[in-house]
Amino acid sequence: MELRLAGLHHRYDEVEVLRGIDLTIPAGRIVCIVGPSGCGKSTLLRLIGGLERPSEGVVLQIGDTPTASLNPLTYIFQDFALLPWRTVEGNVRLGLEDHALGQDETERIVADVLARTKLSEFRTALPRQLSGGMKQRVAIARALAVSPAFLLMDEPLSALDAQTRELLMDDLIELWERERFSAVYVTHNLAEAVRLGHKVVVLSRRPGVIREVVEIDIALAERATHGPELEAHQSRLWQSMRDEAQAAEMELVDG
Amino acid sequence: MTSGSPNPVPFRGGGFKPKPIGMVGPIVFVAVVALWEVGSRTGFIPALVLPAPSEVFEALRNLVETGLLWKHLGASLQRLILGWTIGTLLGVAVGFSIGLFSLARAGLGPMVAAIFPIPKIALLPLFVIWFGIDEGSKVATILFGTFFPTVVATYGGIDNVDRNLIRMGQSFGLTWLSIVRKIILPGALPAILTGFRISTAIAIVLLVAAEMIAAEFGVGAYILLAGSLMATDELVAGVAILSVIGLTVSWLIGRAERFLLRWRT
Repeated sequence: MELRLAGLHHRYDEVEVLRGIDLTIPAGRIVCIVGPSGCGKSTLLRLIGGLERPSEGVVLQIGDTPTASLNPLTYIFQDFALLPWRTVEGNVRLGLEDHALGQDETERIVADVLARTKLSEFRTALPRQLSGGMKQRVAIARALAVSPAFLLMDEPLSALDAQTRELLMDDLIELWERERFSAVYVTHNLAEAVRLGHKVVVLSRRPGVIREVVEIDIALAERATHGPELEAHQSRLWQSMRDEAQAAEMELVDG
Repeated sequence: MTSGSPNPVPFRGGGFKPKPIGMVGPIVFVAVVALWEVGSRTGFIPALVLPAPSEVFEALRNLVETGLLWKHLGASLQRLILGWTIGTLLGVAVGFSIGLFSLARAGLGPMVAAIFPIPKIALLPLFVIWFGIDEGSKVATILFGTFFPTVVATYGGIDNVDRNLIRMGQSFGLTWLSIVRKIILPGALPAILTGFRISTAIAIVLLVAAEMIAAEFGVGAYILLAGSLMATDELVAGVAILSVIGLTVSWLIGRAERFLLRWRT
């Protein structure tokens, strides 16, 4: 299954947020969306997953959704969005509860994703007991539990400190090597984009249009050893964004 | 400082964090009662102004021995529990509909805002006409008094539920009912329980006020009678009973909070 965005326009009242977005997101790849703050990256992600209705244009699913997938388009949020009154296990269970899977099957899935995200021993912990990195791992486990066809990640590492971010980025790469999931990864961090993206889409400042699409042909697992090439990609991306970012910085938030 | 000799940096932090100190509370309480007793015995406090604690205690013992305590307390608790429970159930239900549905919010919101600030005691004469001078009007007063703060606390709590959590629920394809039950209800619960603290306090105030009109039994009736007979010892005994009721209710809500909100820091 792949996703195609065709002619997406979006505006909030008078403010035009996104303009003429055409993009194909292929299966089994990670597409990173970068852009200056307030360029509509997160709005675009909400449009892709159907949490918001575009003013114009459509998001199309091409090909069948995998039958095993309980929730084909699954989000991972910047602020984790864990239910504070539920344990790790309870949070992971949340997405499964409306699917009448039966107790054994639910238990099997929960145990499996907790093992895959190395959270098995924290099953009964409450979110307030966990560090930021652990919370995001719980959110990842919750997303994996519903076997998504696409992961829609909204700045998943931005609320974390630099060290945790490195660790979690390695985890994500390892996970992708194993599962080959498809993902849209929104970030303002170019280093993350060139480490994780097969394709990096650069949005302009508001109204967001696609300025550039950069393909990075280095296997994710090998990127750690290709420092200079990634650096080059990163600084080129920064060059193309720099002026926009500066201009966006000077804008009033409420337009 | 200018001479360059090393000085320790003065400590400027700390404070602004009252710590619990055990036993101080009870000691202050006992000391005040003891002083009061001494004042009464020496005649510094005239008996007509304030009875001695020992006399109040005597009045309480008398209440227990004659079995009147249970009659008064039973009548009061029955009204309190009945009025508060029904008022709370209706209040939570209406609060949820205002919190969840635009039509209910547009229709009932202004109505609640208009009636909420009315002291319900002012409506008591009307309730006597509507529901009769017996139990009906007393329960109705308490019911009305608890209903409105519960409505306001409930929909305020729902409004404050983290929108990101609701969006998360939608992104996992949860049903509407699941989102209400698993995200909105637990998210609004802290505010609802705070509302219970307010509504129980209001309920006790209204209980006493309602019992001062044509009640044979009840703590309020007991206090009113004692007052008109200038029996200040009985009056203070009645007030002490009210204090105990209030403390017990507040303790119960504290337990409920600790159990239901144990996920909070």
